[in-house]
Amino acid sequence: MTDSKEQASCLTKKGIPVSAGIAFAPAVVIDAEDYRIPRRHLSRSDIRPELNRLRKALTDSAAEVASLRESVTQKFGRQTAAIFDMHWLYLRDRKLYNEIAETIRDQLVTAEYATSIVLRQKALVLLESADQYMAERVTDIYDIERRILHNLIGEKREDISHLNSDVVVVAHDLTPSQTAHLDNTHVKGLATDAGGRTSHSAIVARALGIPAVVGLNDVTALVSGGDELIIDGTRGVVIIKPDEAATQQYRQYERELISLGQELQSLRDLPAVTSCGTKVQLFGNIEFPQEAQACLDYGAEGIGLYRTEFLHLGSETEPSEQDHYEAYCQALEVMGDRPLIIRTLDLGADKYTQARAAAPERNPFLGCRSIRFCLQPENLPLFRRQLRALLRASAHGDIRILLPLITTLTELHQTRMVLGEVIEELDEQDIDYRHDIPLGIMVETPAAALSARMFGSECSFFSIGTNDLIQYTLAVDRANEHVASLFTAAHPALIGMIKDVIKAGKRYDIPVALCGEMASEPEFCLLLLGLGLRIFSVTPQAIPTIKKVIRASTMTHAQRVARRAMTLHTDRQIMHYLRLETRKVFPDLV
Amino acid sequence: MVDKAEADSDKVVQDVEVPNSLGLHARPAMQLVDLANRFTAEIEISKAGQRVDAKSIMQVMTLAATQGTKLTLTARGDDAAQAVSALAGLIAEGFGEE
Repeated sequence: MTDSKEQASCLTKKGIPVSAGIAFAPAVVIDAEDYRIPRRHLSRSDIRPELNRLRKALTDSAAEVASLRESVTQKFGRQTAAIFDMHWLYLRDRKLYNEIAETIRDQLVTAEYATSIVLRQKALVLLESADQYMAERVTDIYDIERRILHNLIGEKREDISHLNSDVVVVAHDLTPSQTAHLDNTHVKGLATDAGGRTSHSAIVARALGIPAVVGLNDVTALVSGGDELIIDGTRGVVIIKPDEAATQQYRQYERELISLGQELQSLRDLPAVTSCGTKVQLFGNIEFPQEAQACLDYGAEGIGLYRTEFLHLGSETEPSEQDHYEAYCQALEVMGDRPLIIRTLDLGADKYTQARAAAPERNPFLGCRSIRFCLQPENLPLFRRQLRALLRASAHGDIRILLPLITTLTELHQTRMVLGEVIEELDEQDIDYRHDIPLGIMVETPAAALSARMFGSECSFFSIGTNDLIQYTLAVDRANEHVASLFTAAHPALIGMIKDVIKAGKRYDIPVALCGEMASEPEFCLLLLGLGLRIFSVTPQAIPTIKKVIRASTMTHAQRVARRAMTLHTDRQIMHYLRLETRKVFPDLV
Repeated sequence: MVDKAEADSDKVVQDVEVPNSLGLHARPAMQLVDLANRFTAEIEISKAGQRVDAKSIMQVMTLAATQGTKLTLTARGDDAAQAVSALAGLIAEGFGEE
């Protein structure tokens, strides 16, 4: 690529802002297989170097296979090594080279991309073969594809778990296991094609304080690894290869954000009370025990939601009871006597459960996920391990257990039975635990919300999970960019449900928290206060803002806002009204 | 099994049927490609209109020729006749399997 082309474009893309802040860094582009397959278009002059890269990758791959064949022959004999003869022949096949080279020339695409299209097409031919044996040979094709790609990408292999310099990550979307490897020491920003405000990547980015913009549609096609990027996670803008003017402007903006942040920080030690004296509790949501400290730093009074999926998604091996126990104790050490609400495994609709399913689920969000997954007979050992670890850790602090995706009382009863068995075991072994450990449920399905009164008499607390509650109530997949705009907490149906759940909690005198994204958004703060919510569990970074809004509000105002909002009929009207009212107490609202 | 060997100008054509039960799977395909590459002639294998280069493992595999498939070998070049007869022989005797 020539220098003039390098400097040419300063391209601005709009997306959905999901995690505030500004990042300046070179890009790393990854796809779902952890391989970066650049889809950018080449200019005519790029063809020759691209063909050279392809030839070299094929030669290197063949050499690798030859040496693999050598060592396998020595270890296991000729027969076992025969498969590598096949791979070697593929890699040395002139026709394969010709076809890929032709694709590069005709379509002006990178060698990685061309390799991928040509081999996927070959794979398809084999897969279509009626003969079972022939169809199985497709694995050879996949294998050599990975090998060639690996050689093409070489040291540029985009692996976000071993970074040694600052980058912004660009991806179609991140899988949960990829996000599990994100760390904020080097990952300074995130930009994805897919996703919405509450998609997994967005939640993790916010949890780690990484500026992020999602829903950019085609950002992976526009960015090549190494391109300088500015991510404006506050306003939802990504600037590709910024020019001097854009850089200057953003540096200035970054300074303004920092000073605003400092102001909010000064709120840390002030209580979350309305100006008329009503006390509110502000809790933090975390994914890793390491985040507990950040919660306290932002002024949290406890952890309202500790998601435990990362113990499973972040490692290749099944976590042991001890792994769970240590993670919980690590968080407890930081939290001291403050409440630590731990949600049991909320797996589902992800690589982990899909890999274990007998057949891929047609509709995983309505499938075997969360508590349903844990209560499957074959998964009970896994569930018991977690419950045992929770109980053991509860001897050291205020641990409370939160069950995800409850839809029927039976699930609550079954969980109590399993818990009872684990307790019996601990008693027999003389292991200490908290005898009155509270057991609460996530209210995140319409079923649970609509029958909150029924659940209220049987559990110790409610935590309203608006992300799933919205998804299931409005029938919208938040990660689908075509319908993501329909995903809103401002729908009258949602507000009505929240009101009823809070009322049911009052009736049975059990605490009701709201731990969805909604609680972190200042524009909903007055409404929620007015509906009677007294526990907000939010991403740690949002604590100062929410506290500021609460401290500026009065209950009379909040109740009026709630009453008025419930008379409005569309989410747009409601949103507009809430913003208007919020600006009266919090003029900084963007 | 060898039906006919015809030479028109420098082109040699011969039909042959795949006799072995697993068809032209990995090992036979490799043997075939390996053998084809020992000749300088251009060698094509066709199956019901699909034509592939006998020297390309990738193309031979995508033929997905199973037992009983009728193949036509066509070669052009100096050693075309030898190539066709050697390849037809290899296929006809089932690649030494069974």
